[in-house]
Amino acid sequence: MPVTQTAKGVKIWQLRDRNQTLIRWAGYLAVVAVFMWCWKRISDATTWFFVWDAPRIAADIGGRAVPPRWSYMDKLWGPLWDTLNMATLGTLLALVMAVPVAFLAARNTTPSAIFIRPVALFIIVATRSINSLIWALLLVAIIGPGVFAGLLAIAFRSIGFCAKLLYEAIEEIDQTQVEAITATGASRWQVMAYGIVPQIMPAFAGISVFRWDINIRESTVLGLVGAGGIGLQLQSSLNTLAWPQVTLILIVILFAVVVGEWISAKVRGAII
Amino acid sequence: MLELQKLTKTYRTGDKALQNVDLVIPKGQVLALIGPSGAGKSTLIRCINRLVEPSSGKVLLDGTELTALSSGGLRKMRRKMGMIFQEYALVERLTVMENVLSGRLGYVGFWRSFLRKYPQSDIDEAFRLLDRVGLLAMADKRADELSGGQRQRVGIARALIQDPRLLLVDEPTASLDPKTSRQIMRLICELCAERDLAAVINIHDVALAQMFVERIVGLKAGELAFDGKPSDMSDAVLTSIYGEEDWHATIRQVDEDEAETPEPAQ
Amino acid sequence: MSTVTLDDRLGTGWRKPHFITNPTLRWGLMLGAAVYLVLAIGSIEVNWSRVAEGMSRGWAFVTSFFNPDFVSRGGDIWDGILESVIITITSTVVGILISIPIGLGAARNIAPLPVYLVCRGIVALSRALNEIIVAILLVAIFGFGPLAGFLTLSFATIGFLSKLLAEDIEEMDRVQAEAIRATGSTWLQWVNYGVQPQVMPRLIGLSMYRLDINFRESAVLGLVGAGGIGATLNTAFDRYEFDTAAAILLIIIVTVMVLEYLSGIIRAKVQ
Repeated sequence: MPVTQTAKGVKIWQLRDRNQTLIRWAGYLAVVAVFMWCWKRISDATTWFFVWDAPRIAADIGGRAVPPRWSYMDKLWGPLWDTLNMATLGTLLALVMAVPVAFLAARNTTPSAIFIRPVALFIIVATRSINSLIWALLLVAIIGPGVFAGLLAIAFRSIGFCAKLLYEAIEEIDQTQVEAITATGASRWQVMAYGIVPQIMPAFAGISVFRWDINIRESTVLGLVGAGGIGLQLQSSLNTLAWPQVTLILIVILFAVVVGEWISAKVRGAII
Repeated sequence: MLELQKLTKTYRTGDKALQNVDLVIPKGQVLALIGPSGAGKSTLIRCINRLVEPSSGKVLLDGTELTALSSGGLRKMRRKMGMIFQEYALVERLTVMENVLSGRLGYVGFWRSFLRKYPQSDIDEAFRLLDRVGLLAMADKRADELSGGQRQRVGIARALIQDPRLLLVDEPTASLDPKTSRQIMRLICELCAERDLAAVINIHDVALAQMFVERIVGLKAGELAFDGKPSDMSDAVLTSIYGEEDWHATIRQVDEDEAETPEPAQ
Repeated sequence: MSTVTLDDRLGTGWRKPHFITNPTLRWGLMLGAAVYLVLAIGSIEVNWSRVAEGMSRGWAFVTSFFNPDFVSRGGDIWDGILESVIITITSTVVGILISIPIGLGAARNIAPLPVYLVCRGIVALSRALNEIIVAILLVAIFGFGPLAGFLTLSFATIGFLSKLLAEDIEEMDRVQAEAIRATGSTWLQWVNYGVQPQVMPRLIGLSMYRLDINFRESAVLGLVGAGGIGATLNTAFDRYEFDTAAAILLIIIVTVMVLEYLSGIIRAKVQ
């Protein structure tokens, strides 16, 4: 009842009535309380001396980090190539695995909505919720350090991402085109190849390039846990506090990311 | 040639789309199916080639009971029934030629169709049909570059390359302007006559149906309400199918139209 | 070419027109891709004996998923997860609060050019830097602990939300905003009545999505000392305690599923 009357009979318009207002304020209060409690925990776990000292340390590191050690570039070409390969081959491998998962997960193509679809959906959620660094950590523990572990980490992390976007695209296709191909007497696989695949091709291409771009970013840091690529050099430079090298590596990573984004934008523009 | 026996379809929602429909269509007969929206016209057509599974009743084509076939046998029989759709239902990202050739999918194996390696006879036939519907020059255009009328012509070519005995036509003109509608209807009927094909044409434009077909069947709430020649259509019949309305004007209009606008040559 | 007759076409073969019409470019691209693939695959050294040896460990890990150990490091897991949740909540809240003004500033249709350029610069910087790298730098500066993680994710949230918010504002319906401006409102009133109602549902949806991402990211910050469950996970892998690692991963997966489910409900409600 947003309009109330005072004792004098004057009508007062309010956006919300008293209860709604109270609930709203209680909500705000709860959010603030939760936030303050969280902040208290962070504050307790922080050594504030270091924080007050931070500007000095930052200036100190900054002073040591410039100029970047350009000569170190010679040692970065190999790792950079590895990084590119982890991202590209990882994306390809992920797509090979994501396509069948997507078809099993989409409501209109799954062979069994009761048994197979939930399994496919679980694969999607599980691979998506685990960060590629954790995948790398796991794979390094299992198959040993190296580019191969990084490649697999990128691939596993990307399955869920690609399969999710792809199965949503499959569910949105125009069903009459599928019906028309079915009516010609085509087999199940022919219906797939003629009725469904052409419709999802643009989405598929877009998703691949999009994920490749993300994977370039992610593969630059996988070396931190021993999975190869330029992150290895970053890790060893950090361990030896060789700040000029760190600066150079960061510049190279930034450059790689920007180039990756540029290429993916170009390719997407050409496809769509 | 085509025979429906007590064909019934009840959807899971409980909607009775078709109830005990009996119908016999002889070879080469073009039949128009009229009726209000929701009368079950689309369901009837889709029950014939089992895109929609009938609940009970039989469909017989040349003595083969379609409703009893396994999926492999059904696919073989679907080749004998070409289908033409309301919204054309072309695969929009494929070329015109691929769309036409997709009518041969039931005849070629998966890998041949996947690699687009169709037999030369199919390719020649596709070119002949494209020439017949006037789209030979468009063969390598993508389907989504075409206009509505052109798309429907490709749809017709796709149905005919199946070498069917029967055409199932679902609202072929509902998305087209009046002039194109007539051209398309004329084309379908001419092709049926040339090839001695039977056809079931769903259509809600009664006047257009009267102009072109030899037999009209009215469907109302899933049951047959009329079966006769176009000349037998009267105000009373239309009222019984669609409900009360001033039908006289509708029927008269057709004759006037026909006199005023001579159809341009193909 | 325009008058192809049927007789020309009959008997001739037909091939699907190529996606790339220029043959030199097409073959060049295919050759380039093939050469790249050969080189790339060739340059990956796989120590197959090490991989074969790892298979048994991999299998142990898979089976440990059916028998996760929540108990023996229960205290560490609980502390780690709690810290991850705390980092997630604080960084999302702070990130949203800061990204709203920056998002407004990064929308070309409401911000003056200098403001626009500064805000776009912040967004670009935040998006280009990987979270882990930011975390490493912040740990070096502020010391170990959740503060570095909180700052990292706040910074990442700003880049994500501001960009999408700005794009949303740029695409909004101009007429509604103009109608509010026509009443003689001040700039703030105009934003409140003309802009906010149009972008609010999407902002809430994106915030929920970002909450989800922040939780997933907070799970790895511990690897570089920025607090959260990642440190516990790292220790578990180092000691080959796969049953504890499996328990942690299961908790992460379930939490992400719950968050996705909740954000689905909330998004459906606000739209």
